[in-house]
Amino acid sequence: MSRTLISQAQLQRGRGRVLYWLVLSVVVAVFTLVFIGPLYWMVTGALKSGQEIAQTPPTIWPQDPQTQNYIDAWNNLALGKLLFNTFYYAAGAVLFQLVLDTAAAYSLSKLRPVFGNAILGLMLATLMIPAMVLIVPQYVTVIDLPILHISLLDSPFAIWLPMVANAFNIFLLKRFFDSIPDDIMAAAMMDGASPLRTLWSIILPMSRPILGVVSIFAVTAVWKDFLWPKLVMPHPDTRTVSVGIYAFAGGTPQNVVIAASVIAAIPTVIIFLIFQRNIMSGLTTGSLKG
Amino acid sequence: MAILTAPAPTRPAAAAPPSKNGRKLRDNLTGHAFLIGALLCFALFMWYPMIRGVVMSFQRTRRGETSWVGWDNYVRIVNDPSFWTAWKNTAYFTLLALVLGFVGPFLVAILLNEFRHAKGYLRILVYLPVMLPPASALFLFKFYAYDPSEAGLFNAVLAGLGLPTSEWMQSPTMTMPAMVIASTWMNMGGAVLIYLAALQNIPGELYEAAELDGAGILKRIWHVTIPQTKLILALLAMLQIVATMQLFIEPLILANGAGTQDSATSVVYLIYQHGFFQNDLNGAAALGVIMLLVLAVFSAVYVRLSTRSSED
Repeated sequence: MSRTLISQAQLQRGRGRVLYWLVLSVVVAVFTLVFIGPLYWMVTGALKSGQEIAQTPPTIWPQDPQTQNYIDAWNNLALGKLLFNTFYYAAGAVLFQLVLDTAAAYSLSKLRPVFGNAILGLMLATLMIPAMVLIVPQYVTVIDLPILHISLLDSPFAIWLPMVANAFNIFLLKRFFDSIPDDIMAAAMMDGASPLRTLWSIILPMSRPILGVVSIFAVTAVWKDFLWPKLVMPHPDTRTVSVGIYAFAGGTPQNVVIAASVIAAIPTVIIFLIFQRNIMSGLTTGSLKG
Repeated sequence: MAILTAPAPTRPAAAAPPSKNGRKLRDNLTGHAFLIGALLCFALFMWYPMIRGVVMSFQRTRRGETSWVGWDNYVRIVNDPSFWTAWKNTAYFTLLALVLGFVGPFLVAILLNEFRHAKGYLRILVYLPVMLPPASALFLFKFYAYDPSEAGLFNAVLAGLGLPTSEWMQSPTMTMPAMVIASTWMNMGGAVLIYLAALQNIPGELYEAAELDGAGILKRIWHVTIPQTKLILALLAMLQIVATMQLFIEPLILANGAGTQDSATSVVYLIYQHGFFQNDLNGAAALGVIMLLVLAVFSAVYVRLSTRSSED
């Protein structure tokens, strides 16, 4: 490991060593408190009764755990359905993005059709436009698609298709494909492989890290989005989990809302903890070093 | 961060051997066939709405009848008393978030990069909130952390330390700082990871040389760390500003929309209000165009400044 700001030798000797362990333990303690503390508070708080939650000073551990809050949250908010919807939208978003954005990036990087650079330029220009600025005209477009005159309201396509228009992912994929030597392509073509075949059997297997990163981005984007699904999925049966919890928050006891928030957070946190090694290395190296 | 900085790999321009026109046409058709899906999505959900937004901002639709109304929508929007409040609030949030949400993660990354132990654990901790659905995290803050009584998490800690407590979201002056704290907690993980990647790419010899020249830790940060990560710092600053200008879910959930004495109203919240509550989609479109122009001017200034500084 190469040296960083402070040399390793300095950290391993005498005062440096004591200071290093001191700072490290303080940071570990503070970070645990800051990042796990609120989560602990949330999980246990949802187990407390309304009375106990209003008590000063607050209790660290619920005196009389009310698992009923969690059961109420699950049943009254139909959380199972909401979670299923969210997963369904996320899975579709990954699929559409992987297929269409990969194909586009492959074309722009390797097939290089006429106007390819102009098209890429127009795509990249959309990176400068904040999503919220377009929310009204996008909504108007989705409720009455030009030419076809159909409404995508309450249809998963209203989430899947706009996700494809993601210039950042196309840019990431194109840069990755650019780094794959053209000779490999040429050799495959020589052997009579079609462009599709080359993409499938040569380019994609070499691109697993970047495909992983794009998938993570797609899942998190669907998971974290709020206003768009709130607008285009108005029916209670098609809502995402975030929107569903928000919609119920008004007339539901605080503890039940928090219990619902905990349940909503569990799947992603578990997925994150299982795949964190891949996610971390994907985000820090795969995408950024190219 | 090489992907954003390294020059694109050069390739012999149009290396394909001179081929017959038929072959070329077929190759082009194949190329466009691969593009078509993404292209249609861009056209339908990005390029067309952009044009449509501008058109809509000059129109008015009443009972299905659309007519051109010139600058009427803009006049109405600008004269809305909430307009300036929303801009003031949004600018204040962006500024606070820049101080806390931009400088903070960089310092955290510098610190984490020095550790030889518990690094993986600390990285997971910082990234954990990013994985929460935003509504979950914000309800946690709203109900538990920012409870104005001493039963709230923050007030309990403050009271325990003998410090004055706060009314948080109920106090107009604390609304913004409270929203920035929640937003930073939720979002800083991504920036920390990106900075860590950038820090790992700094050659150790630079620190070595600086140290031999007698530079202390702060001087090494100033003369080595910051110049070496300048590009990524600049990029994330830009992204952070654009992201925070779109402040919406924090006011909606934490402050029930406008907040005490309009202290939480944001520009995007106003777009949402006009478009989906006051049935004024045209006014909302005009507001979107204004916001786009403000950000465009901002980006232009930024690009100019950053190209000038990279020519140094």
